[in-house]
Amino acid sequence: MSWITKTFSSSIGRKIIMAVTGLFLCTFLVVHLVGNLQLFKADNGAAFNAYSEFMGHNPLIRTMEIVLVLGFGFHIYEGLVLAAKNRAARGNQRYVSDHIEQNSSWHSRSMALLGSIVLFFLIVHLYNFFGSLRFTDVPRDANGNEDAYALVLAAFKNPFYVLLYVIGQVALLYHLLHGFSSAFQTLGLTHRKYTPAIKFIGYGFSIIVCAAFAAMPVYFFFFK
Amino acid sequence: MAGSNPNAKPMNLTLKVWRQRNRNTEGRIVDYQVQDISPDMSFLEMLDVLNEDLLRKGEEPVVFDHDCREGICGSCNLFINGRAHGPEPGTTTCQLHMRKFSDGDTITIEPWRSSAFPVNKDLSVDRSAFDRIIQAGGYISVNTGGTPDANEIPVPKEIADRAFEAATCIACGACVASCKNSSAMLFVSAKVSQLALLPQGHVERKSRVENMVAQMDKEGFGACSNIGSCAAECPVGISLENIAILNREFLSAKATSNNLA
Ligand code: HEM
Ligand code: SF4
Ligand code: FES
Repeated sequence: MSWITKTFSSSIGRKIIMAVTGLFLCTFLVVHLVGNLQLFKADNGAAFNAYSEFMGHNPLIRTMEIVLVLGFGFHIYEGLVLAAKNRAARGNQRYVSDHIEQNSSWHSRSMALLGSIVLFFLIVHLYNFFGSLRFTDVPRDANGNEDAYALVLAAFKNPFYVLLYVIGQVALLYHLLHGFSSAFQTLGLTHRKYTPAIKFIGYGFSIIVCAAFAAMPVYFFFFK
Repeated sequence: MAGSNPNAKPMNLTLKVWRQRNRNTEGRIVDYQVQDISPDMSFLEMLDVLNEDLLRKGEEPVVFDHDCREGICGSCNLFINGRAHGPEPGTTTCQLHMRKFSDGDTITIEPWRSSAFPVNKDLSVDRSAFDRIIQAGGYISVNTGGTPDANEIPVPKEIADRAFEAATCIACGACVASCKNSSAMLFVSAKVSQLALLPQGHVERKSRVENMVAQMDKEGFGACSNIGSCAAECPVGISLENIAILNREFLSAKATSNNLA
């Protein structure tokens, strides 16, 4: 093994991959959210469809899409590898009496579970929108753009999708309440001057992003 | 007895103790009663009472590790009522007093659980994995010869204090025992940052962190999920900041050392 593969297959190296990909995925969330906010515009989806058309065909975005797939791929793969290794490290005999809840938070201990819920949501989400837009012929709107808005309208008539999307965002919220600041600690970016600010920003980021995403299916279900 | 409270009433307790013959057999919880335990006793003295009872009855006493009984050696490792070194923060088991419990309590006592710390017998585990991590790099090389001057190498007070804080780690393993991943990162980070902070540690700075982390992984300890159970349970209060220092040391060593393997 070369020193590079050795570095990134060590326990710290794997966590560095988690942290870098995790923070990269956070930047993706911002881009995705800002674009999707156009769903709230009262123009029957004209702006949203134009945006969606742009995202589907711009070469720069299509290149970033590959980076995004790799980011998710590494994050999920390393996350599952770490979860398996960490479980094995504890051994077969568990504590008869374990009060771990007295020394740590539930969501920090449940990153793999929360991530897996997010993953399930993600697969359904890709099937709902990305799959139809990329691989089927979608009717066009008055401006000649693919009518992604109509897909959103249709999907969020279904209460099961609305529920699943909200659950997905709650899982992501808890994933990020720990993950955001945890990634800085993993990268060694901990300092008594800045860490309190990183924690605060992490909380704000997680709550705002996840609440805004969750508002979309709820708004469409009740008001459209 | 000096400092004892004459009004403190002796306690009767039910103990649920992990008994295991050796590494290769299954263990189980066995119930015992202990009577007339003084609140001034330490937890280990309470176990001494149990063992005397057992010896009197011709049964095998419970094996547990202990040495200094004053909180500095890191041997007395018991998982008490679901917490490493018991529910009292900032204490080793030997410094835990029975006055923290009440008459009639049931107390569950287990060994550290981690695949890197196999159970020797009953409550005693094999922590030689820690020794092998130290052997991999947790030292400084010093030339033999005359005694060096005390202040030959100046160390600023602030740095010396931070290094000393990290050096207070007694290698007890409570961090591993309480971590859901059985990660040894708090222990390793205390050793690495102590030596990285001091000029004496700079000679082997890069190889130290590379080798200690490699050994830590080889021993089968888990990775750090930044959950923080370790620092919450550490009897001497080693802080999570050390783990950030360890990660920085590891990354910069990997990026700049001459070690291609
Ligand atoms: C948009 C989606 C996601 C974002 C923004 C995200 C972000 C993060 C961040 C920032 C961390 C902290 C890294 C660290 O502690 O250094 C993290 C940890 C983690 N993520 Fe994600 N994540 C996402 C999706 C997922 C998915 C789909 C999985 C699927 C398994 C997953 C599994 C994990 C696991 C297991 C950890 C904890 C690793 C550990 O500390 O041991 N994540 N995530
Ligand atoms: S870091 Fe704390 S809990 Fe871990 S071995 Fe050292 S003293 Fe014990
Ligand atoms: S017996 Fe030495 S620290 Fe408890």
